[in-house]
Amino acid sequence: MPAMEIRKGIYWVGVTDWNLQNFHGYALARRGTTYNAYLVLDDKTTLFDTVPVKFKWDLYHQIRSLVRLEEIDYIVVNHVEMDHSGALPFMVDKISPEKIFSSPMGEKSVHAHFHPSGWPLETVKDGQSISLGQRNVHFMETRMLHWPDSMFSYIPEEKLLISSDAFGQNIATSKIFDDQHDLNQLLREARHYYTNIILPYSPLVLKLLDRVMEAGLEIDMIAPDHGVIWRTHPEKILSAYQEFAEQKLKPKAVLVFDTMWGSTEKMVKAVADALQAEGIDVRVMSLKSFHHSDVMGEFSDGAALVCASPTHNNGMLPLMADFLTYMKGLKPRNRIGAALGSYGWSGEAPGAMAKILEEAGFELPQNPLRVQFVPNHEHLAECKKLGLALAEAIKNKVSK
Amino acid sequence: MNKWVCTICGYVYDPAEGDPDNGVAAGTRFEDVPEDWVCPVCGAGKDSFAPEG
Repeated sequence: MPAMEIRKGIYWVGVTDWNLQNFHGYALARRGTTYNAYLVLDDKTTLFDTVPVKFKWDLYHQIRSLVRLEEIDYIVVNHVEMDHSGALPFMVDKISPEKIFSSPMGEKSVHAHFHPSGWPLETVKDGQSISLGQRNVHFMETRMLHWPDSMFSYIPEEKLLISSDAFGQNIATSKIFDDQHDLNQLLREARHYYTNIILPYSPLVLKLLDRVMEAGLEIDMIAPDHGVIWRTHPEKILSAYQEFAEQKLKPKAVLVFDTMWGSTEKMVKAVADALQAEGIDVRVMSLKSFHHSDVMGEFSDGAALVCASPTHNNGMLPLMADFLTYMKGLKPRNRIGAALGSYGWSGEAPGAMAKILEEAGFELPQNPLRVQFVPNHEHLAECKKLGLALAEAIKNKVSK
Repeated sequence: MNKWVCTICGYVYDPAEGDPDNGVAAGTRFEDVPEDWVCPVCGAGKDSFAPEG
């Protein structure tokens, strides 16, 4: 998509990655993504962020459609991760900027990524401002949102917040503004993105939102580094982040499983039936059909997670080990868990899954449940009993 | 003297090293680190730290 003016004299010069599916090697981005970079034309013309190295010429031509590259004075590096800085060495070479601004942690990261010599790096501290001529840029450090180097750039004259990865969504689109999309769908994508990328840092998000409120920043537009720009509903994404970070839970359970000959799946369905009978919203997700990032997207507002795997070679199936490793790293808080599965002769998997859930801080109201080989009606009744107990625990949790 | 781990980013505070860049001398117990000190990696407060192990 060609460069687009988002404010007078301020342009989106990013690129659209229509065919991306694998996001950073750990999550799926089924709708592709965009890498947003912004160009502010001023006395000091400034480029905010870049794009992955494979798109360096796309960025070049986006900018070249507006100005010659050597007309750019400043580059601001809000985040050093390669999807926003990969093209930085190429841009520095083409632009020969007067200054490259980053946070103090950003400068360290720039050195560790690109090992530059002679770049005009200048660190800006939290709360520091620079003048571009007609406009100012006010910097806010946002460490661990979602890397140590991350920062926001706020342009008060435009009431514009360039927010790096925060408030982003993985959507490749030719419609780059929020009001060109269904709002609920956008917020769902934003939640999916948040859960898979920012969830572990939720306590810091809450502090940051407080800081933004205390600073009394007037925000008319939020321009993230992925997906659409919030020009009509900035307050909606801000309040959504408050909700995501507080981890407000619904009476909902995600039942994630893998199965060999269908016995574990039968057990899962019995638990799901009991939960549903008690009015709990359920999602039953096979790890052969759903990627771990999709399961986490669903679990984002779920009060309970039921993990089910048969025992194979004295442990859980590999897809469940993959899922639990990923889930634990995202540090969901204040959740209920349960573990179950079928087994042939040793039966370690439910206990092993329960141990990981405990380590991840889950409350486990029921002991791990296992059934040898194929469950009969009585075994499934046991599963239903577990489901009923979980429903009770979920109701207690969400009513608090 | 115990090490303390930042539960947000995983940074380990080692009292033997302190955090001299931010005014905490080597040999300072975590309990004696000033209350307004923050994790030098991620900026989380002291209340986000837990004893290692």
